[in-house]
Amino acid sequence: MKVAPASDSSLLVVFGDVMSLDNHERVMSLFRALQRLNDPRIRNLHPAYASILIDFDPLRLSHEEAASLIENLAGEQSLQYDRAANIVTIPVCYDVEFAPDLQEVANHAKIPNHEVIQLHSSATYRVHFLGFTPGFAYLGGLPDTLHVPRLATPRKHVPAGSVAIAGTQAGIYPVDSPGGWRLIGRTPVRIFDPGATQPTRLKPGDRVEFSAIDRATFHSTVNR
Amino acid sequence: MPIRVQNPGLLTTIQDLGRSGYSHLGISAGGAADSLAMRIANILVGNAENAATLEMTLAGATLEFDEESIVALTGGECECRINGDTAPMWQAMRVPARGILACGATKTGARLYLAIQGGLDVRPIMGSASTNIAGHFGGFEGRGLRKGDLLGVRRGPNSRLPTLKPGAVDGLYSREPLRVTRGAQHHWFGLEAFGKLLSCPYTVSEQSNRSGLRLKGEPISPRVRSQLLTEGVSLGAIQVPQDEQPIILFVDQQTTGGYPKIANVIAADLYRVGQLRPREQVRFIEVVIPRAIDLLREQEEWLKQIFQSQRNRYTDRS
Repeated sequence: MKVAPASDSSLLVVFGDVMSLDNHERVMSLFRALQRLNDPRIRNLHPAYASILIDFDPLRLSHEEAASLIENLAGEQSLQYDRAANIVTIPVCYDVEFAPDLQEVANHAKIPNHEVIQLHSSATYRVHFLGFTPGFAYLGGLPDTLHVPRLATPRKHVPAGSVAIAGTQAGIYPVDSPGGWRLIGRTPVRIFDPGATQPTRLKPGDRVEFSAIDRATFHSTVNR
Repeated sequence: MPIRVQNPGLLTTIQDLGRSGYSHLGISAGGAADSLAMRIANILVGNAENAATLEMTLAGATLEFDEESIVALTGGECECRINGDTAPMWQAMRVPARGILACGATKTGARLYLAIQGGLDVRPIMGSASTNIAGHFGGFEGRGLRKGDLLGVRRGPNSRLPTLKPGAVDGLYSREPLRVTRGAQHHWFGLEAFGKLLSCPYTVSEQSNRSGLRLKGEPISPRVRSQLLTEGVSLGAIQVPQDEQPIILFVDQQTTGGYPKIANVIAADLYRVGQLRPREQVRFIEVVIPRAIDLLREQEEWLKQIFQSQRNRYTDRS
């Protein structure tokens, strides 16, 4: 673990330089320890694949104090990561209407369309962190066969709820936004609900499963 | 007691001091781009510093007030009129019932802040009234204002208002170089590249907004050409993407990013980033972190001392 200033108001804690389950679990255990600490001098936590950026009020907490606080937490917790993580099931309609890139993904993987769906909806994913837009979860655990490069030119408009893959990752677009990932389906459930007590459907550390639904179910569930 | 938007200007949004504690959900803090001007505007009308204000960008808005209101306009330099008469910035002023407040284009600076006594009546989302444009939430329907929008105002305190001491904000928007500390990946760049950032002028590109300011100038080549694993990014970070042109990440930034950061604008200078105009030139100078924190402390002290009359009577209200 390396702790270094990123700015006059933040420290960056780095556990490694690769995306791995091991690094993820170390990030999550420090992240949860910091959340439990609930120190009012700490304003924001930005967990990522193998690091956490900790943003604080430098007039109330010095970099030295913040660093020793982090080192103490990392020492005492000895990585007691909660393995019984929250499991969230996301219904997905893979109908062609919502999956403009499904055919290309199938071509790239050299498998039929239904196998893409089968592979995507049978894996269990892990939320490594959220970023890009409010509520956008970067999911690790995409089956190797489905690793495809992102679009050469990103779309200017991707509808909220679009289920997408790119490289080794999977995700769901929570709000209408631009995006360069391959769209293979859409979920009718709200991924981001700013007024709710828990504004995002997914949180760092959650496990995620996708379950295939048909168009009728999609339309009867939408907006609920 | 609504305010009707007659002309929204270029981009006018509702902003307070932003929302803390949601970055791990991909939600940036947001808030006023020039928080210093925004806080001063609120103090001048007797509001809590965090009351919801209007942030206008480059071209100001024209607003019609249903009821008599006390307002203050701060930020970049602009021509402001109330019912056609020139009205001063940086002090409380009265807009009569049915009065029209017209803010012109900024002649210097990029943003104006209008505080209305009582504060705009906005339901806080995740603890803040600030508009999050990318997330389509907060402020007024999660978007910039449009012609015809009606804004509610909370009833304000009816007390003596502070004024600024003469000349208090002269030189607030100096053209001095922006002060930076070393970024999380400054060692990826080496002395030559870091020296270039500190010695060459950069121009603010037209493709700049509240998420980031794109700069154009001497390319900054990293010494290490490897892919950075996506990590959390700090406010004011100066990242260098493949095109080697730096970007200052700003209040509506993404919470994570995959480009190396060479430097970071200090907290005490972020308000000046909020006033940079497209095509304006900017330079950087390095300070060490302890100095940056002293400068922030001095700025907070300064803010307490620029007002005449008992400021404390007004600051703790909400």
